[in-house]
Amino acid sequence: MATPITTDPRRAIAEPLRWRWYEAAFWLVLLLPYLLFPTYLALASQIAIAALFALSLDLILGYAGVISLGHAAFFGIGAYFAAILVQRWGWREPFSGLLLSGAVAAAAGYVAALLIVKVSRLALLMVTLGMGVLLGEAANQLGWLTGGNDGLHEIAVLPLFGRFTFDLYGRTAFLYAFAVLLLLFLAARRIVQSPFGLSLRGLRENAARMPALGTPNRRRLRTIYTIAAFYAGVAGALLTQTIGSVALEALGFQRSAEVLIMLVLGGTGRLYGGIVGSILFLVARDQLADMNPQYWFFWIGLLLILVVLFIPGGIVGGVAKLWTRIGRGS
Amino acid sequence: MTHLLGVLFDGLAYGMLLFVLSVGLSVTMGLMGFVNLAHSAFAMLGGYLSVTLMQRAGVPFLATLPIAFVLVGAFSTIFERTLYRPLYLAGELDQVLLTIGLVLMAIASCAYLWGTQQQGVNLPPYLFGRFSPFGIDLGYYRLFLIAVGAVIAVALVFGLERTRFGAQIRAAVDNQRMARGLGIDVNRVFALTFAVGSGLAGLGGALAINMVGLDPNFATKYLVYVLLVVSVGGLGSVGGTFAAAVLLGISDVAGKYYVPEAGAFIIYAVMVALLLWRPAGLFGRRV
Repeated sequence: MATPITTDPRRAIAEPLRWRWYEAAFWLVLLLPYLLFPTYLALASQIAIAALFALSLDLILGYAGVISLGHAAFFGIGAYFAAILVQRWGWREPFSGLLLSGAVAAAAGYVAALLIVKVSRLALLMVTLGMGVLLGEAANQLGWLTGGNDGLHEIAVLPLFGRFTFDLYGRTAFLYAFAVLLLLFLAARRIVQSPFGLSLRGLRENAARMPALGTPNRRRLRTIYTIAAFYAGVAGALLTQTIGSVALEALGFQRSAEVLIMLVLGGTGRLYGGIVGSILFLVARDQLADMNPQYWFFWIGLLLILVVLFIPGGIVGGVAKLWTRIGRGS
Repeated sequence: MTHLLGVLFDGLAYGMLLFVLSVGLSVTMGLMGFVNLAHSAFAMLGGYLSVTLMQRAGVPFLATLPIAFVLVGAFSTIFERTLYRPLYLAGELDQVLLTIGLVLMAIASCAYLWGTQQQGVNLPPYLFGRFSPFGIDLGYYRLFLIAVGAVIAVALVFGLERTRFGAQIRAAVDNQRMARGLGIDVNRVFALTFAVGSGLAGLGGALAINMVGLDPNFATKYLVYVLLVVSVGGLGSVGGTFAAAVLLGISDVAGKYYVPEAGAFIIYAVMVALLLWRPAGLFGRRV
């Protein structure tokens, strides 16, 4: 992403917000499965949900530079809360369910951030990992609320706008997940290009200098952590609402690790990286489904190593670099 | 009472195993700040080496231990030279991702080469069984583990405190720039420390088979334990790693015995609380 050099601060902030033609094209391409591959719509909704979750991680990792090995905790909180809303309280309206689940996850994110801002490096890795495991263990133990190992099933929300039922082919589910992803993406795009987003990037680049410039470090981190937890919670709730069940793997360590891998493959700190990464990861896994999972791990591991060593910006970063090089050459 | 002592004994043996598995990582991370999640993969490699030497070449168990130590140590230097060195100055995210990639590849390779089933060892007859002085159940193998752990701890403390090389390591851990300024070749010190640390992990992997088993998931399962020990004990501190390993070993065994329904809860809760209280670990000086 080449930022044009300009001295006018208002332009410096407005310029990256301008829509490019290739961004619009990208989103139109994402809609193609609806027309071209109607049998793959279930996978396409999974991808949209994973992309939203990766977007959430990108907000804290790519922009604020805070690593998390337990980000699935917030995904899981949203997923379980959406299920509990329907099953315990009979709250079956999907949109408000989505918002409420996101809000609960955001509250959890705020509390977690109070603790997380105190640690860094190895301690940060271990605290986020530990919190994720603790929450998973808690969900396993609280069987009366979460269904324990069995999870919660047959969670049916009302039709969208009272009209569009969740059909067997997953058409409604796909459009629903796609629309939520697009809306929250637009919001994220606005957030990261705002002065607030700029201060986050400052924190990422130099955590000692920003407070010296008068930026309240910890408050900024708490804010973005809360926002990111909201995104993750909405993604989790989307999963529950579209597949109608929730299980412990919604908040397991594997989900935390996978979202990190997807984001890094796609590229951090670019918003689009998470989307590209989740498409690549999930389509590849779907195509290689009959392959032994052990060998799937081998190739993912190799890919990770290659990306870290040779294309630090991930796939989107690599393409952007190539793009500017071609542009300069012509 | 005797029962409690038996649990303490088992916990101590388990703690010693964790100490051997993690101490190398603690020192190398303290030195270079490199987050090497593949440390447990080196341990797994040591375990498989030991199993293969026993089954294919008929090498006795005790003889496989030093071989695992040397071979894994030598093997790890290849990785240190080629993959790790370019990333010493990179952020911890890149280090975490690179080494997670290595762990995934190690798991897949071990599953390909040795299969996913549990591996066993042929212990010499004198390490079998148990005896019960004063009614306390003491397994011979656990006694052996405690002895090995104690010898390694003493050797490491002696090596770090009393030798010239140890003084160089301590200097580099305390202040790397100053150490470089004094003419210490920190890269060389680190490469050697890394080899010894990974070798110890390999030794730990071989020792672990009889106690906790060995399959390709060993790398991820024990990675978490190793990181727990290292982060709680404090980076670069042999004493801290020892204390944390014994504490974790005893509380894990006691927890599984007395409150099995709590699962991993206690250990993680204690770790998170400890790290929030002291982010550098119990005995660490730096974060």
